[in-house]
Amino acid sequence: MIRVVLPAHLRKLAQVTGEVQLDVVGPVTQRAVLDALEARYPMLCGTIRDHVMQRRRAFVRLFACEQDLSHELPDTPLPDAVATGAQPLVVLGAMAGG
Amino acid sequence: MSGVRVLVGTRKGAFVLTSDATRGRWRVSGPHFAGWEIYHVKGSPTDSDRLYASQSSTWFGQLIQRSDDGGNSWDPVGNKFIYDGILGTHQWYDGTPHPWEFARVWHLEPSLTDPDTVYAGVEDAALFRSTDGGWTWQELPGLRGHGSGSAWQPGAGGMCLHTILLDPTDPQRIFIAISSAGVFRTDDAGKTWRPVNRGLRSEQIPNPTAEVGHCVHRIAMHPSRPGVLFMQKHWDVMRSDDGGESWCEVSGNLPSDFGFPIEVHAHEPDTIYVVPIKSDSEHFPPDGKLRVYRSRSGGNEWEALTKGLPQRDCYVNVLRDAMAVDALDPCGVYFGTTGGQVYASADAGDSWEPIVRDLPPVLSVEVQTLP
Repeated sequence: MIRVVLPAHLRKLAQVTGEVQLDVVGPVTQRAVLDALEARYPMLCGTIRDHVMQRRRAFVRLFACEQDLSHELPDTPLPDAVATGAQPLVVLGAMAGG
Repeated sequence: MSGVRVLVGTRKGAFVLTSDATRGRWRVSGPHFAGWEIYHVKGSPTDSDRLYASQSSTWFGQLIQRSDDGGNSWDPVGNKFIYDGILGTHQWYDGTPHPWEFARVWHLEPSLTDPDTVYAGVEDAALFRSTDGGWTWQELPGLRGHGSGSAWQPGAGGMCLHTILLDPTDPQRIFIAISSAGVFRTDDAGKTWRPVNRGLRSEQIPNPTAEVGHCVHRIAMHPSRPGVLFMQKHWDVMRSDDGGESWCEVSGNLPSDFGFPIEVHAHEPDTIYVVPIKSDSEHFPPDGKLRVYRSRSGGNEWEALTKGLPQRDCYVNVLRDAMAVDALDPCGVYFGTTGGQVYASADAGDSWEPIVRDLPPVLSVEVQTLP
Protein backbone atom coordinates (compact mmCIF):
# COMPACT_ATOMS: atom_id res chain seq x y z
CA MET A 1 0.00 0.00 0.00
CA ILE A 2 1.45 3.33 -1.07
CA ARG A 3 0.82 6.34 1.15
CA VAL A 4 0.45 9.80 -0.37
CA VAL A 5 0.16 13.09 1.49
CA LEU A 6 -1.63 15.78 -0.49
CA PRO A 7 -1.57 19.53 0.16
CA ALA A 8 -4.65 21.00 1.78
CA HIS A 9 -6.10 22.47 -1.44
CA LEU A 10 -5.93 19.12 -3.21
CA ARG A 11 -7.29 17.20 -0.22
CA LYS A 12 -10.28 19.50 -0.27
CA LEU A 13 -10.69 19.11 -4.01
CA ALA A 14 -10.54 15.32 -3.73
CA GLN A 15 -12.73 15.40 -0.61
CA VAL A 16 -10.30 13.38 1.47
CA THR A 17 -8.86 13.86 4.92
CA GLY A 18 -5.47 12.63 6.01
CA GLU A 19 -3.27 10.43 3.88
CA VAL A 20 -4.41 8.70 0.72
CA GLN A 21 -3.58 5.01 0.39
CA LEU A 22 -3.19 3.50 -3.07
CA ASP A 23 -2.53 0.12 -4.61
CA VAL A 24 0.15 0.38 -7.26
CA VAL A 25 0.78 -2.48 -9.64
CA GLY A 26 4.36 -2.99 -10.83
CA PRO A 27 7.36 -0.78 -10.12
CA VAL A 28 6.60 2.03 -7.70
CA THR A 29 7.58 5.17 -9.56
CA GLN A 30 6.31 8.75 -9.57
CA ARG A 31 4.39 8.03 -12.73
CA ALA A 32 2.81 4.86 -11.34
CA VAL A 33 1.77 6.53 -8.11
CA LEU A 34 0.35 9.61 -9.84
CA ASP A 35 -1.47 7.40 -12.37
CA ALA A 36 -3.07 5.49 -9.51
CA LEU A 37 -3.87 8.72 -7.67
CA GLU A 38 -5.56 10.29 -10.69
CA ALA A 39 -7.46 7.10 -11.45
CA ARG A 40 -8.92 7.12 -7.93
CA TYR A 41 -9.47 10.88 -7.84
CA PRO A 42 -10.00 12.11 -11.40
CA MET A 43 -10.60 15.66 -10.20
CA LEU A 44 -6.88 15.83 -9.49
CA CYS A 45 -6.01 15.39 -13.17
CA GLY A 46 -4.12 18.44 -14.33
CA THR A 47 -3.39 19.75 -10.85
CA ILE A 48 -0.11 17.94 -10.11
CA ARG A 49 1.08 17.39 -13.68
CA ASP A 50 -0.18 18.76 -16.96
CA HIS A 51 -2.67 16.91 -19.11
CA VAL A 52 -0.62 16.70 -22.28
CA MET A 53 3.00 15.94 -21.43
CA GLN A 54 2.36 14.70 -17.88
CA ARG A 55 5.07 17.05 -16.64
CA ARG A 56 5.07 18.02 -13.00
CA ARG A 57 3.61 21.47 -12.59
CA ALA A 58 6.34 24.00 -11.94
CA PHE A 59 5.23 24.90 -8.42
CA VAL A 60 4.47 21.38 -7.24
CA ARG A 61 7.11 19.48 -5.28
CA LEU A 62 7.42 15.77 -4.48
CA PHE A 63 9.25 14.82 -1.29
CA ALA A 64 9.85 11.49 0.42
CA CYS A 65 12.25 10.28 3.11
CA GLU A 66 13.46 13.86 3.61
CA GLN A 67 14.57 14.04 -0.02
CA ASP A 68 13.36 16.30 -2.81
CA LEU A 69 12.39 13.90 -5.60
CA SER A 70 10.80 16.60 -7.75
CA HIS A 71 13.50 16.49 -10.38
CA GLU A 72 13.76 12.72 -10.64
CA LEU A 73 12.61 11.17 -13.89
CA PRO A 74 9.01 9.97 -13.66
CA ASP A 75 9.95 6.34 -14.19
CA THR A 76 12.73 6.27 -11.59
CA PRO A 77 11.81 3.90 -8.75
CA LEU A 78 10.79 5.68 -5.57
CA PRO A 79 12.68 4.83 -2.35
CA ASP A 80 11.99 1.42 -0.87
CA ALA A 81 10.46 3.06 2.18
CA VAL A 82 7.76 4.56 -0.07
CA ALA A 83 7.27 1.30 -1.99
CA THR A 84 6.75 -0.60 1.26
CA GLY A 85 4.47 2.02 2.74
CA ALA A 86 6.85 2.87 5.57
CA GLN A 87 7.07 6.46 4.39
CA PRO A 88 4.60 8.57 2.39
CA LEU A 89 5.17 10.37 -0.88
CA VAL A 90 4.51 13.99 -0.05
CA VAL A 91 2.97 16.25 -2.70
CA LEU A 92 3.13 19.91 -1.80
CA GLY A 93 2.97 23.37 -3.23
CA ALA A 94 6.33 25.06 -3.57
CA MET A 95 7.17 27.77 -1.09
CA ALA A 96 6.58 30.57 -3.54
CA GLY A 97 4.54 33.20 -1.76
CA GLY A 98 0.96 33.98 -2.54
CA MET B 1 -38.69 39.73 -9.89
CA SER B 2 -37.77 38.35 -6.51
CA GLY B 3 -34.11 39.07 -6.06
CA VAL B 4 -30.56 39.53 -7.17
CA ARG B 5 -27.51 37.28 -6.93
CA VAL B 6 -24.11 38.91 -7.37
CA LEU B 7 -21.29 36.50 -8.28
CA VAL B 8 -17.90 37.81 -7.24
CA GLY B 9 -14.55 36.33 -8.26
CA THR B 10 -11.52 37.37 -6.23
CA ARG B 11 -7.82 36.60 -5.91
CA LYS B 12 -8.56 34.22 -3.05
CA GLY B 13 -11.98 32.74 -3.63
CA ALA B 14 -15.53 33.33 -4.84
CA PHE B 15 -18.34 35.05 -3.01
CA VAL B 16 -22.07 34.99 -3.66
CA LEU B 17 -24.02 38.06 -2.54
CA THR B 18 -27.81 37.84 -2.49
CA SER B 19 -30.62 40.26 -1.83
CA ASP B 20 -34.30 40.60 -2.45
CA ALA B 21 -35.48 43.03 -5.09
CA THR B 22 -35.11 46.02 -2.79
CA ARG B 23 -31.35 45.49 -2.90
CA GLY B 24 -31.12 46.96 0.56
CA ARG B 25 -29.96 44.03 2.71
CA TRP B 26 -27.40 41.55 1.51
CA ARG B 27 -26.31 38.08 2.53
CA VAL B 28 -22.70 37.21 1.83
CA SER B 29 -21.74 33.59 1.17
CA GLY B 30 -18.13 32.50 0.85
CA PRO B 31 -15.30 32.23 0.35
CA HIS B 32 -15.94 29.37 -2.01
CA PHE B 33 -12.72 27.73 -3.25
CA ALA B 34 -10.77 29.65 -0.59
CA GLY B 35 -7.22 30.40 -1.56
CA TRP B 36 -7.76 29.95 -5.30
CA GLU B 37 -7.95 32.69 -7.89
CA ILE B 38 -11.48 32.92 -9.24
CA TYR B 39 -11.22 34.82 -12.47
CA HIS B 40 -14.90 34.57 -13.33
CA VAL B 41 -18.23 33.17 -12.20
CA LYS B 42 -21.29 33.38 -14.41
CA GLY B 43 -24.78 31.92 -14.48
CA SER B 44 -26.78 30.50 -17.36
CA PRO B 45 -29.39 32.92 -18.73
CA THR B 46 -31.78 30.00 -19.17
CA ASP B 47 -31.26 28.30 -15.81
CA SER B 48 -30.41 30.63 -12.98
CA ASP B 49 -29.28 27.73 -10.77
CA ARG B 50 -26.59 26.68 -13.25
CA LEU B 51 -23.35 28.52 -12.52
CA TYR B 52 -19.86 28.07 -13.90
CA ALA B 53 -16.69 29.22 -12.15
CA SER B 54 -13.11 29.47 -13.35
CA GLN B 55 -10.82 28.40 -10.49
CA SER B 56 -7.06 28.51 -10.89
CA SER B 57 -3.80 28.74 -9.03
CA THR B 58 -0.17 29.15 -9.90
CA TRP B 59 0.52 25.89 -8.08
CA PHE B 60 -2.27 23.59 -9.18
CA GLY B 61 -3.45 24.97 -12.52
CA GLN B 62 -6.96 25.35 -13.86
CA LEU B 63 -10.23 23.88 -12.65
CA ILE B 64 -13.78 24.55 -13.76
CA GLN B 65 -16.46 24.30 -11.11
CA ARG B 66 -20.16 23.93 -11.77
CA SER B 67 -23.11 24.53 -9.49
CA ASP B 68 -26.62 23.30 -10.20
CA ASP B 69 -28.19 24.91 -7.16
CA GLY B 70 -27.33 28.56 -7.45
CA GLY B 71 -23.95 28.37 -5.78
CA ASN B 72 -24.83 26.41 -2.65
CA SER B 73 -22.77 23.44 -3.77
CA TRP B 74 -20.16 22.98 -6.47
CA ASP B 75 -18.53 20.12 -8.32
CA PRO B 76 -15.41 20.16 -10.47
CA VAL B 77 -16.04 19.36 -14.11
CA GLY B 78 -13.58 19.15 -16.99
CA ASN B 79 -10.31 21.08 -16.97
CA LYS B 80 -8.66 19.72 -20.10
CA PHE B 81 -8.07 22.67 -22.40
CA ILE B 82 -6.03 21.31 -25.28
CA TYR B 83 -5.36 23.53 -28.26
CA ASP B 84 -6.59 22.02 -31.49
CA GLY B 85 -4.16 21.03 -34.24
CA ILE B 86 -0.82 22.66 -34.86
CA LEU B 87 0.17 24.72 -31.86
CA GLY B 88 1.81 27.60 -33.70
CA THR B 89 3.35 30.67 -32.15
CA HIS B 90 2.40 34.20 -31.21
CA GLN B 91 4.76 37.04 -30.39
CA TRP B 92 6.34 37.14 -26.98
CA TYR B 93 6.96 40.41 -25.12
CA ASP B 94 10.36 40.73 -26.78
CA GLY B 95 8.96 40.13 -30.25
CA THR B 96 10.23 36.56 -30.56
CA PRO B 97 7.88 33.70 -31.53
CA HIS B 98 6.39 31.94 -28.52
CA PRO B 99 4.39 28.70 -28.64
CA TRP B 100 0.79 28.95 -27.53
CA GLU B 101 0.66 27.82 -23.92
CA PHE B 102 -2.50 27.45 -21.85
CA ALA B 103 -2.41 29.44 -18.61
CA ARG B 104 -5.97 29.95 -17.35
CA VAL B 105 -9.59 30.65 -18.17
CA TRP B 106 -10.37 34.34 -17.93
CA HIS B 107 -14.02 34.37 -18.87
CA LEU B 108 -16.91 31.91 -19.04
CA GLU B 109 -19.90 32.77 -21.18
CA PRO B 110 -22.90 30.44 -20.90
CA SER B 111 -25.06 30.00 -23.99
CA LEU B 112 -28.16 32.14 -24.30
CA THR B 113 -30.29 29.06 -25.03
CA ASP B 114 -28.70 25.93 -23.53
CA PRO B 115 -27.38 25.66 -19.96
CA ASP B 116 -25.03 22.83 -20.95
CA THR B 117 -23.27 24.95 -23.57
CA VAL B 118 -20.67 27.39 -22.33
CA TYR B 119 -17.77 29.24 -23.94
CA ALA B 120 -14.40 29.82 -22.29
CA GLY B 121 -11.99 32.59 -23.17
CA VAL B 122 -8.48 31.57 -22.19
CA GLU B 123 -4.87 32.73 -21.92
CA ASP B 124 -2.95 32.24 -24.23
CA ALA B 125 -5.78 33.63 -26.30
CA ALA B 126 -8.21 31.08 -27.67
CA LEU B 127 -11.89 30.27 -27.50
CA PHE B 128 -13.15 26.93 -26.21
CA ARG B 129 -16.68 25.55 -26.04
CA SER B 130 -18.31 22.84 -23.99
CA THR B 131 -21.68 21.37 -24.93
CA ASP B 132 -21.90 18.91 -22.04
CA GLY B 133 -22.04 21.17 -19.04
CA GLY B 134 -18.31 21.74 -18.81
CA TRP B 135 -17.12 18.13 -18.78
CA THR B 136 -15.28 18.35 -22.09
CA TRP B 137 -13.90 21.34 -23.96
CA GLN B 138 -13.13 21.82 -27.63
CA GLU B 139 -11.26 24.74 -29.11
CA LEU B 140 -12.83 26.74 -31.92
CA PRO B 141 -9.52 26.81 -33.76
CA GLY B 142 -10.50 29.20 -36.52
CA LEU B 143 -9.86 32.12 -34.20
CA ARG B 144 -6.34 31.25 -33.11
CA GLY B 145 -5.70 30.06 -36.64
CA HIS B 146 -6.58 33.44 -38.07
CA GLY B 147 -3.76 34.61 -40.29
CA SER B 148 -2.84 37.36 -37.88
CA GLY B 149 -2.39 35.00 -34.91
CA SER B 150 1.36 34.84 -35.18
CA ALA B 151 1.49 38.61 -34.68
CA TRP B 152 -0.63 38.76 -31.53
CA GLN B 153 1.21 39.92 -28.40
CA PRO B 154 0.37 39.67 -24.73
CA GLY B 155 -0.71 42.68 -22.76
CA ALA B 156 0.77 43.27 -19.34
CA GLY B 157 -1.66 40.78 -17.81
CA GLY B 158 -1.00 38.07 -20.36
CA MET B 159 -2.43 37.31 -23.79
CA CYS B 160 -5.98 36.77 -22.72
CA LEU B 161 -9.30 36.32 -24.45
CA HIS B 162 -11.37 38.20 -21.90
CA THR B 163 -14.68 39.14 -23.51
CA ILE B 164 -17.26 36.98 -25.29
CA LEU B 165 -20.47 38.57 -26.57
CA LEU B 166 -23.17 36.31 -28.01
CA ASP B 167 -25.60 38.00 -30.38
CA PRO B 168 -29.12 37.23 -29.09
CA THR B 169 -30.63 37.79 -32.53
CA ASP B 170 -28.16 35.71 -34.53
CA PRO B 171 -26.74 32.48 -33.06
CA GLN B 172 -24.07 32.47 -35.76
CA ARG B 173 -22.56 35.75 -34.60
CA ILE B 174 -20.09 36.04 -31.71
CA PHE B 175 -17.75 38.87 -30.79
CA ILE B 176 -14.61 38.27 -28.75
CA ALA B 177 -11.86 40.58 -27.55
CA ILE B 178 -8.20 39.83 -26.88
CA SER B 179 -5.48 41.83 -25.18
CA SER B 180 -3.51 42.77 -27.20
CA ALA B 181 -4.99 41.78 -30.52
CA GLY B 182 -8.37 43.48 -30.64
CA VAL B 183 -11.94 42.51 -31.47
CA PHE B 184 -12.82 39.58 -33.72
CA ARG B 185 -16.20 38.55 -35.07
CA THR B 186 -17.55 35.30 -36.41
CA ASP B 187 -20.71 35.06 -38.52
CA ASP B 188 -20.65 31.27 -38.80
CA ALA B 189 -20.80 30.20 -35.14
CA GLY B 190 -17.06 30.21 -34.67
CA LYS B 191 -15.69 28.48 -37.77
CA THR B 192 -14.11 31.59 -39.25
CA TRP B 193 -13.22 34.93 -37.73
CA ARG B 194 -12.13 38.32 -38.87
CA PRO B 195 -10.76 41.31 -36.99
CA VAL B 196 -13.16 44.23 -36.64
CA ASN B 197 -10.95 47.04 -35.41
CA ARG B 198 -11.26 49.73 -38.08
CA GLY B 199 -11.27 53.13 -36.45
CA LEU B 200 -9.20 52.13 -33.44
CA ARG B 201 -6.03 54.10 -32.93
CA SER B 202 -3.30 52.94 -30.54
CA GLU B 203 -0.12 54.96 -30.28
CA GLN B 204 1.52 52.07 -28.40
CA ILE B 205 1.89 49.94 -31.54
CA PRO B 206 4.09 50.67 -34.56
CA ASN B 207 1.17 51.25 -36.90
CA PRO B 208 -1.46 52.99 -34.73
CA THR B 209 -4.30 52.00 -37.07
CA ALA B 210 -3.21 48.41 -37.71
CA GLU B 211 -5.84 45.76 -38.31
CA VAL B 212 -4.77 43.87 -35.16
CA GLY B 213 -2.64 44.61 -32.14
CA HIS B 214 -4.96 46.88 -30.16
CA CYS B 215 -5.26 46.42 -26.43
CA VAL B 216 -9.01 46.26 -26.13
CA HIS B 217 -9.94 46.06 -22.46
CA ARG B 218 -13.64 45.32 -22.74
CA ILE B 219 -16.59 45.46 -25.13
CA ALA B 220 -20.29 45.54 -24.30
CA MET B 221 -23.63 45.45 -26.07
CA HIS B 222 -27.29 45.82 -25.19
CA PRO B 223 -29.25 42.68 -26.13
CA SER B 224 -31.97 44.69 -27.84
CA ARG B 225 -29.46 46.33 -30.17
CA PRO B 226 -26.62 43.89 -30.84
CA GLY B 227 -25.25 45.86 -33.76
CA VAL B 228 -24.16 48.63 -31.42
CA LEU B 229 -21.01 47.93 -29.46
CA PHE B 230 -19.19 49.94 -26.83
CA MET B 231 -15.52 49.54 -26.01
CA GLN B 232 -13.14 50.55 -23.28
CA LYS B 233 -9.73 50.40 -24.90
CA HIS B 234 -6.32 50.75 -23.23
CA TRP B 235 -6.87 54.41 -23.94
CA ASP B 236 -10.12 55.67 -25.54
CA VAL B 237 -13.78 54.80 -25.15
CA MET B 238 -15.18 53.75 -28.52
CA ARG B 239 -18.51 52.98 -30.14
CA SER B 240 -19.51 50.99 -33.22
CA ASP B 241 -22.93 51.25 -34.86
CA ASP B 242 -22.31 48.58 -37.46
CA GLY B 243 -21.35 45.42 -35.60
CA GLY B 244 -17.72 46.39 -35.28
CA GLU B 245 -17.14 47.26 -38.94
CA SER B 246 -16.07 50.73 -37.85
CA TRP B 247 -15.47 52.47 -34.55
CA CYS B 248 -15.52 56.09 -33.46
CA GLU B 249 -14.26 57.61 -30.26
CA VAL B 250 -16.83 58.72 -27.68
CA SER B 251 -14.52 59.61 -24.79
CA GLY B 252 -15.92 63.16 -24.79
CA ASN B 253 -15.51 64.93 -21.47
CA LEU B 254 -14.17 62.01 -19.41
CA PRO B 255 -11.37 63.02 -17.04
CA SER B 256 -9.35 60.08 -18.40
CA ASP B 257 -10.28 57.75 -21.20
CA PHE B 258 -8.14 54.96 -19.79
CA GLY B 259 -10.00 52.25 -17.88
CA PHE B 260 -11.08 48.65 -17.90
CA PRO B 261 -14.82 47.89 -17.66
CA ILE B 262 -17.67 49.27 -19.72
CA GLU B 263 -21.30 48.31 -19.16
CA VAL B 264 -24.72 49.08 -20.64
CA HIS B 265 -27.89 49.92 -18.68
CA ALA B 266 -30.36 47.03 -18.72
CA HIS B 267 -33.25 49.06 -20.13
CA GLU B 268 -31.63 52.05 -21.85
CA PRO B 269 -29.36 50.94 -24.70
CA ASP B 270 -27.70 54.33 -24.91
CA THR B 271 -26.89 54.58 -21.22
CA ILE B 272 -23.39 53.32 -20.56
CA TYR B 273 -20.98 53.25 -17.64
CA VAL B 274 -17.19 53.42 -17.33
CA VAL B 275 -14.74 53.90 -14.47
CA PRO B 276 -11.96 56.27 -15.56
CA ILE B 277 -8.47 55.32 -14.38
CA LYS B 278 -5.63 57.81 -14.38
CA SER B 279 -3.24 56.07 -16.77
CA ASP B 280 -1.69 52.82 -17.92
CA SER B 281 1.00 53.11 -15.28
CA GLU B 282 -1.13 54.65 -12.53
CA HIS B 283 -3.94 52.17 -12.17
CA PHE B 284 -6.10 54.20 -9.84
CA PRO B 285 -8.80 56.86 -10.19
CA PRO B 286 -7.78 60.42 -11.05
CA ASP B 287 -7.36 62.68 -8.00
CA GLY B 288 -8.00 59.79 -5.60
CA LYS B 289 -11.75 60.04 -6.30
CA LEU B 290 -13.63 56.90 -7.23
CA ARG B 291 -16.11 58.02 -9.84
CA VAL B 292 -18.31 56.04 -12.18
CA TYR B 293 -19.11 58.00 -15.31
CA ARG B 294 -22.46 57.59 -17.03
CA SER B 295 -23.43 58.68 -20.49
CA ARG B 296 -27.10 58.73 -21.43
CA SER B 297 -26.30 59.54 -25.04
CA GLY B 298 -24.20 56.53 -25.96
CA GLY B 299 -20.97 58.38 -25.28
CA ASN B 300 -19.33 61.79 -25.66
CA GLU B 301 -21.35 63.44 -22.87
CA TRP B 302 -20.53 61.99 -19.47
CA GLU B 303 -21.61 62.77 -15.92
CA ALA B 304 -19.72 61.79 -12.78
CA LEU B 305 -21.56 59.57 -10.33
CA THR B 306 -20.05 60.06 -6.91
CA LYS B 307 -22.76 59.79 -4.26
CA GLY B 308 -21.67 57.09 -1.82
CA LEU B 309 -18.27 56.53 -3.43
CA PRO B 310 -15.02 57.61 -1.75
CA GLN B 311 -14.00 61.06 -2.96
CA ARG B 312 -10.61 61.28 -1.34
CA ASP B 313 -7.55 59.08 -0.90
CA CYS B 314 -8.94 56.26 -3.03
CA TYR B 315 -6.36 54.38 -5.11
CA VAL B 316 -8.08 51.17 -6.12
CA ASN B 317 -8.62 49.82 -9.62
CA VAL B 318 -11.71 48.28 -11.21
CA LEU B 319 -10.80 45.38 -13.48
CA ARG B 320 -12.36 44.64 -16.86
CA ASP B 321 -14.79 41.93 -15.78
CA ALA B 322 -15.71 43.57 -12.49
CA MET B 323 -18.83 45.56 -13.47
CA ALA B 324 -22.34 44.34 -14.20
CA VAL B 325 -25.99 45.38 -14.17
CA ASP B 326 -29.19 43.70 -13.00
CA ALA B 327 -32.48 43.72 -14.90
CA LEU B 328 -34.65 45.26 -12.21
CA ASP B 329 -36.30 48.63 -12.55
CA PRO B 330 -34.58 50.90 -11.74
CA CYS B 331 -31.55 49.16 -13.11
CA GLY B 332 -28.96 48.08 -10.54
CA VAL B 333 -25.28 48.65 -11.28
CA TYR B 334 -22.47 46.82 -9.47
CA PHE B 335 -18.70 46.91 -9.49
CA GLY B 336 -15.84 45.47 -7.48
CA THR B 337 -12.44 46.95 -6.75
CA THR B 338 -8.92 45.71 -6.26
CA GLY B 339 -9.33 46.96 -2.68
CA GLY B 340 -12.00 44.33 -2.05
CA GLN B 341 -15.10 46.51 -2.07
CA VAL B 342 -18.21 45.61 -4.02
CA TYR B 343 -20.39 48.66 -4.61
CA ALA B 344 -24.03 48.53 -5.63
CA SER B 345 -26.39 51.15 -6.95
CA ALA B 346 -30.11 50.41 -6.94
CA ASP B 347 -30.90 53.59 -8.87
CA ALA B 348 -28.93 53.24 -12.09
CA GLY B 349 -25.83 54.83 -10.62
CA ASP B 350 -27.27 57.91 -8.91
CA SER B 351 -26.13 56.64 -5.52
CA TRP B 352 -23.92 53.82 -4.29
CA GLU B 353 -23.41 51.71 -1.22
CA PRO B 354 -20.83 49.04 -0.50
CA ILE B 355 -22.27 45.55 -0.15
CA VAL B 356 -18.97 44.35 1.27
CA ARG B 357 -15.77 46.29 1.93
CA ASP B 358 -12.97 43.88 2.70
CA LEU B 359 -12.87 41.02 0.24
CA PRO B 360 -9.64 39.99 -1.49
CA PRO B 361 -8.96 41.96 -4.68
CA VAL B 362 -12.02 41.60 -6.91
CA LEU B 363 -11.41 40.12 -10.35
CA SER B 364 -14.96 39.82 -11.62
CA VAL B 365 -18.56 40.71 -10.85
CA GLU B 366 -21.59 39.22 -12.53
CA VAL B 367 -25.25 39.67 -11.63
CA GLN B 368 -28.23 37.39 -11.92
CA THR B 369 -31.73 38.79 -11.67
CA LEU B 370 -33.69 35.98 -10.09
CA PRO B 371 -37.25 35.13 -11.06
